[in-house]
Amino acid sequence: MSEKRHGQLGLSDEQALSMYRYMLLARKIDERMWLLNRAGKIPFVISCQGQEAIQVGSTFALDREKDWLCPYYRDLGMVLVFGQNAKDQMLSAFAKAEEPNSGGRQMPGHYGDHRYRILTGSSPVTTQVLHAVGIAYAGKLEQKDHVVLTSCGEGSSNQGDFHEACNFAGVHNLPVIFLVENNQYAISVPISKQVAGGDIYKRADGYGFPGIKVDGNDPLAVYEAMKTAVERARNGEGPTLIEAVSYRLVPHSSDDDDRSYRTRDEVDEAKKKDSLVSYREYLIAQGLLTDDVEERMNKEVAQEVDEATEYAEQAPYPETSETYTHVYAE
Amino acid sequence: MATDIKMPQLGESVTEGTIAKWLKQPGDPIAKYEPICEVATDKVNAEVPSTIDGTMTEIIAGEGETIEVGQLICRIAQAGEETAPVKEATSEEAPSAVQEDEKKDEPTMKNRYSPAVLRLSQENDIDLTQVDGTGAGGRITRKDILAVIEKGGTPTKTEASTPAPPSLKAEETIPKPVARTIESENGDEHIAVAGVRRTIAERMVQSKHEAPHAWMMVEADVTGLVELRNQHKSSFKQKEGVNLTFLPFFIKAVVDSIKEFPHLNSVWAGDQIILKKRINISIAVATEDALFVPVIHDADEKSILGLAKSVHQLAEKTRQGKLEIKDMQGGTFTVNNTGSFGSVASAPIINQPQAAILSFESIVKKPVVKDNMIAVRDMMNLCMSLDHRILDGLMAGRFLQRVKERLEAYQRDSSF
Amino acid sequence: MPVISYIDAVTLALKEEMKRDERVFVLGEDVGVRGGVFRTTAGLHEEFGEDRVLDTPLTESAIAGVAIGAAAYGMRPVAEMQFADFIMPAFNQIVSEAAKIRYRSNGTFSAPLVIRAPYGGGVHGALYHSQSVEKLFTGVPGLKIVMPSTPYDVKGLLKAAIRDEDPVLFFEHKRCYRLIKGEVPVEDYTLPIGKADVKREGTDVTVISYGLTLHFALQAAEELDKEGISVHVLDLRTLVPLDKEAILEATAKTGKVLVIHEDNQTGGFGGEVASVIAEEAFFELDAPIKRLCGPDVPAMPYSPPLEKEFMLNKEKVTTAIRELAAF
Repeated sequence: MSEKRHGQLGLSDEQALSMYRYMLLARKIDERMWLLNRAGKIPFVISCQGQEAIQVGSTFALDREKDWLCPYYRDLGMVLVFGQNAKDQMLSAFAKAEEPNSGGRQMPGHYGDHRYRILTGSSPVTTQVLHAVGIAYAGKLEQKDHVVLTSCGEGSSNQGDFHEACNFAGVHNLPVIFLVENNQYAISVPISKQVAGGDIYKRADGYGFPGIKVDGNDPLAVYEAMKTAVERARNGEGPTLIEAVSYRLVPHSSDDDDRSYRTRDEVDEAKKKDSLVSYREYLIAQGLLTDDVEERMNKEVAQEVDEATEYAEQAPYPETSETYTHVYAE
Repeated sequence: MATDIKMPQLGESVTEGTIAKWLKQPGDPIAKYEPICEVATDKVNAEVPSTIDGTMTEIIAGEGETIEVGQLICRIAQAGEETAPVKEATSEEAPSAVQEDEKKDEPTMKNRYSPAVLRLSQENDIDLTQVDGTGAGGRITRKDILAVIEKGGTPTKTEASTPAPPSLKAEETIPKPVARTIESENGDEHIAVAGVRRTIAERMVQSKHEAPHAWMMVEADVTGLVELRNQHKSSFKQKEGVNLTFLPFFIKAVVDSIKEFPHLNSVWAGDQIILKKRINISIAVATEDALFVPVIHDADEKSILGLAKSVHQLAEKTRQGKLEIKDMQGGTFTVNNTGSFGSVASAPIINQPQAAILSFESIVKKPVVKDNMIAVRDMMNLCMSLDHRILDGLMAGRFLQRVKERLEAYQRDSSF
Repeated sequence: MPVISYIDAVTLALKEEMKRDERVFVLGEDVGVRGGVFRTTAGLHEEFGEDRVLDTPLTESAIAGVAIGAAAYGMRPVAEMQFADFIMPAFNQIVSEAAKIRYRSNGTFSAPLVIRAPYGGGVHGALYHSQSVEKLFTGVPGLKIVMPSTPYDVKGLLKAAIRDEDPVLFFEHKRCYRLIKGEVPVEDYTLPIGKADVKREGTDVTVISYGLTLHFALQAAEELDKEGISVHVLDLRTLVPLDKEAILEATAKTGKVLVIHEDNQTGGFGGEVASVIAEEAFFELDAPIKRLCGPDVPAMPYSPPLEKEFMLNKEKVTTAIRELAAF
């Protein structure tokens, strides 16, 4: 990586370091969840591993005071940047009452947090991209200038809702950014069998707005693409489609075994491009991530994850009477 | 006769149209599909074309008039049409006279009471035999009862004057199983029979009803086994995390003996007896209010340790109410540990469709004659019920003997 | 009090609510310049502009999905499905999203939108412009389902639906649009969602219905009155939440209940009504609960005699009531 790239993009040293810290925190939370799952303590994990650079790089370009997120189930990095913390994630993993997304009703990864303008999501994929268009349209009616970032996987980009959303946003020139996190697998089906033509960003042409392809292992590249998209959206110039390409480093979920559909060599090769490795090297080369700084950061993150796990495990489950609440307005 | 032209339906949901303008007047010749008028509706404005060749004879709906869809707007005489009016077919058929006759065959409904009628008659003490029904087949309707109540509820029970005629129909004389009337006293607690209790009840009755039970008992000297267990009890618990009980030894003895007598591991299937290949041992596990018989599958493939763990696991699952269907299925022989609650002899009921069930009773110290001397030994009864359709006493006895021998063979220093 | 048609009551309610609350906007296919294919949104585009009377692309899932997003944000969208038959592409958005947003977010988000859809047959609409789709949604908790039969109820209930904090499916029978007229107050009023309405008092047979078939019941009642059969008619108006109390009360009036709807019988909402009665009013019953419904065929055929065969009408209803009265 060339020097001072972050500076050229308008990111301070602190911001550049902070990006790394969020990526690291996301990774460590994720890894802890796998351990807890394999130890039989939590029923399910769905991972962000390999996509941290996309999630953190993209959200750093947003205004965390007014912009909205309609994320998908892997976007741990995004929701951390927008305000959720390790404790929130662990409470969700343990399905405890205090869990902010759903009070223990939803599986982990189904984010939703009114405090931080993160819209609640579901499991049927790609429904959220239409909601993002709706939030953008509401902003237009109210003459607000918020931008909506919605993300999905490359598999989801084949759903009808994806097309309907891009088309709708294009017709009405809405401030929506469609971020496709192309991790090259939709569970077991590779991109070659998933996306005709192989490129998703090119579809933007058909909708009349720009499509950009970026290296999803490079948080600064993602940030740069997002920054342009956010400026366009904020200026009333309409939507942007960003395809960020990385690799899903772990199985689809804790219930999946990826050895049945991809080789270890392929995964090992991808791990060499892991953003946590390359971006760390960049920060060291920039003299920002000194031994001291890194040691302190690792320690802090480990402590955060430990404390969150401990807290969540002890936290109470929802009362069974909660089964019946919030069906309708009370 | 001229053809009636009606207001067309111009679009879904449209129910009426307004004549905006007549394009043809009476006397004008009209070609088929030529517009005759303009009609405005909520949805569309359209020209209405003629459906025939002919001459406009009469305009019925004036301009500005709103006409319902299907109503007459004008008349057109068809080209070359005769003036003689064609009689319109009557669309309405005369009501059939058959209906009345059909009614006569209806069965009487006089004694069929609806829930509402029964409730009202009981609440108001009305004798339904005294009420005339106005419903179908003479059925007493709710309204009939309400009328009686309105009049002061006169027809009441008059038992003295009208004794019930003892004219029972043939089928009614056949006795039916009825719920037994048990006298209940104050303070008695009534527990509904449902769920597991009901299942147990039904299965026990079925087994006793279907399988002719024979019973036998042998006594075994298990002194060696008791010593062996005492020797290893605490170390086993420490090492394996589960208690070393007698039950795994009992099961092992049963399984090994079954291999010699495969008929014990069979099921009754009506026209045949099926000797089961797999040896799956059902073990009776009691909870406070029910009895379950989970199964150790392929028990012949397990060591004492394996059996101990299986027993522990199934017992835990039972207590926690976590038994799954698969835990309950496929048993081929049942072992019953009645000794665990102090029984010294029992006559167990066969777990259908298995061939036999074996109870291991309490181990008690008894004076017995051994080598012509009185000795204090640990003794235990083995009680077995067998399905006499499948097994006879000889084979069952030999089997039991082998189980006994195996248990008696254990010594303080046996390995297991 | 002015007499207006069912469809004008829809337009009036929309207009009044858009005036009252700036957050209210309508979206759908052809709702803008054209004023809707049935003209339900006629005049709104001129009065409120194209942003609040939004012509969407031809995409039902997007109409629902965008409305859900806007509602979750805080707007009060009224989405139109051009025909109830075309609601299917939006099924996932309605069932997986709108219905569950409040529940799945532990009450922190909601989706206060209205989805209006013209339904029902008898208009030569054939298979795909005639369906009744309510049964597909009545078993989805989280949704409210309103199916008014009169202009008065339309205005009061549509206004209530727009103000409701939860997603409401508002099904309008398109045969009623221009056929049914009635008095509607000019003032602002709402009617409670979840309350049935007795449209006629009677003592022999209770008819429970909603939408167009409710009118067949009223017409039949009128005729049967001459024969001395007194018919009690309950208009459910709202299927979810269901006014069980009103159903039990209406049952107790006569002990004989006929449930009527145009949606087909198997799995239709009449089964739910019958269950409520069987469970909670057994000792009021003087006859088996009867259902008169559309037949169990995939949809309504185009050919007039076939359509007529499918549709209920006053005669079929009269016969069914007469039979039950005679029981």
